Amino acid sequence: MRPISYSRATAVADAVATVVADPTSDFLAGGTTEVDLLRQNVLLPRRLVDINDLPLTQIEDRPDGGLYIGALARMSEVADAAGVQERFPMVAQALVLGASAQLRHMASMGGNMMQRVRCGYFRDATSPCNKRDPGSGCSALEGFNRGHAVLGVSEHCIATHPSDVAVPLMALDARVHTEGPHGRQVYPIDDFFLLPGETPHLEHPLEHGELVVGIEVPGLPMARTSMYMKVRDRESYEFALASVAAAVTVEDGAISDVRLALGGVATKPWRARRAEEMLHGAPADTESFRRAAREELAAARTTPLNAFKAELAQRTMVRVLETLTHPERQS
Amino acid sequence: MSAPHIPSKAAAAAVLPERGPDPVKITLSVNGTERTLEVEPRVSLLDALRERLDMTGAKKGCDQGTCGACTVWVDGRRVLSCLTLAIACEEHEVTTIEGLAEGDELHAMQSAFIEQDAFQCGYCTPGQIMSAVALLKEGHASDDAEIREWMSGNICRCAAYPHIRAAVRTVRDQT
Ligand SMILES: Cc1cc2nc3c(=O)[nH]c(=O)nc-3n(C[C@H](O)[C@H](O)[C@H](O)COP(=O)(O)OP(=O)(O)OC[C@H]3O[C@@H](n4cnc5c(N)ncnc54)[C@H](O)[C@@H]3O)c2cc1C
Ligand code: SF4
Ligand code: FES
Ligand code: FES
Repeated sequence: MRPISYSRATAVADAVATVVADPTSDFLAGGTTEVDLLRQNVLLPRRLVDINDLPLTQIEDRPDGGLYIGALARMSEVADAAGVQERFPMVAQALVLGASAQLRHMASMGGNMMQRVRCGYFRDATSPCNKRDPGSGCSALEGFNRGHAVLGVSEHCIATHPSDVAVPLMALDARVHTEGPHGRQVYPIDDFFLLPGETPHLEHPLEHGELVVGIEVPGLPMARTSMYMKVRDRESYEFALASVAAAVTVEDGAISDVRLALGGVATKPWRARRAEEMLHGAPADTESFRRAAREELAAARTTPLNAFKAELAQRTMVRVLETLTHPERQS
Repeated sequence: MSAPHIPSKAAAAAVLPERGPDPVKITLSVNGTERTLEVEPRVSLLDALRERLDMTGAKKGCDQGTCGACTVWVDGRRVLSCLTLAIACEEHEVTTIEGLAEGDELHAMQSAFIEQDAFQCGYCTPGQIMSAVALLKEGHASDDAEIREWMSGNICRCAAYPHIRAAVRTVRDQT
């Protein structure tokens, strides 16, 4: 690991000013991405600004039934919060199904939004990789890409976005609040994650030194019965091959409202808007679920190694929708 | 000239002083004892414990957050010392496997690991025990499936998992 210097901030403005003033500095939260990638020589900051003492640990219930989660609330704390478990079970489930108990105590919600991809070529610090070294090429296109994305890909990068909790947050239209050199900004979560396109090294619309301070989740009554399902190679402590966050309301056998997002298959947390559109007003039955899932994955661009993900994502969507609508169909 | 001048946040902010990259003096509280040492800011808590403080209980398996052999507690919560910087632990309480026994009396979990034969080579064991004690405090050990899930951050190359679960059950049922 390369040498670094260290500063500890106690005020948001100081943290921002310090990172803004030094292009070779990074924020340090839980360190579960930052220290890991520093040790692999993938990230090359000269200085770390420790933000763990900033007063950004709140998990607040909002009057509209929503939440405000501070950037330094830990994954384990958010998963444990009563308001999250009761009103947004898919958020709590996505958190508990991520990483390990130790990592969830360390990892912050802001850091989770900013975590880097798990692509082996990005992480090896050597192979051509447009994300790490813009213009050098993408080793995954013709390489071992079984875990890579099938939606939102470009010929410049096919790395899967690894976050679990960002998937339900996408379904919930969360907003990411930041504090930066130009003051406070609020980003709709869909705009907070960029598609790789021709610039896979740009993952967020943030300036250097712009700090995520919190995540706002608007109230959504139907999220009380939401769910997150994660399919992976082993039962625990593994990233998703495909995952689905969903909430659905059925009235008289027809779907009156639905939120659907996918993880593990796309280059950003993926809102399944095409599927949502097809499901609106459709009968809540397996046939509709299959058709909607097929429609969402119609745009998939697969490789021989990851082609299975297109089918897996559809089956996971159908399974989640059936599980959520099952009680209604029984009565 | 009527509007009061409100200084912008950026103007009020200070660029923070930096420590390092050369070795700096830090004070850590480990198992209730204050220890002062000179380390570069890049040094992990794991390396500080093992190589500077001669506390070799926490083990280095992967050094990248995937195995759990380095599990210790910071402020009572189980964390991975390989992904934690030592300098970031100043003003926090670190607890290692060496701090678990009361004098010559082993912690109940340590005794249970011995009784239940919960290890073979023993390399993962300090991490398993630190994780297991924390697991019971966290309250996620109601049945074997839950123990398995909430202990999944501790890999055992010798696959002593059934015996580790037996040890956890033993202590759970004592309390
Ligand atoms: C072995 C392993 C398994 C994992 N499994 C999963 C999994 O199954 N699911 C999952 O979702 N995640 C998983 N993760 C990823 C983990 O969730 C992230 O590493 C973690 O959420 C990052 O948060 P942190 O606080 O540790 O961030 P750090 O590592 O401290 O920071 C991450 C990055 O974000 C920047 N940053 C941090 N905080 C802010 C902020 N407030 N504003 C702006 N920038 C900021 C840092 O500069 C850094 O570049 C896994 C990680 C490991 C090591
Ligand atoms: S998929 Fe993206 S991250 Fe992986 S090698 Fe290609 S450009 Fe780099
Ligand atoms: S050595 Fe820390 S998790 Fe493996
Ligand atoms: S006892 Fe050998 S690794 Fe667990």
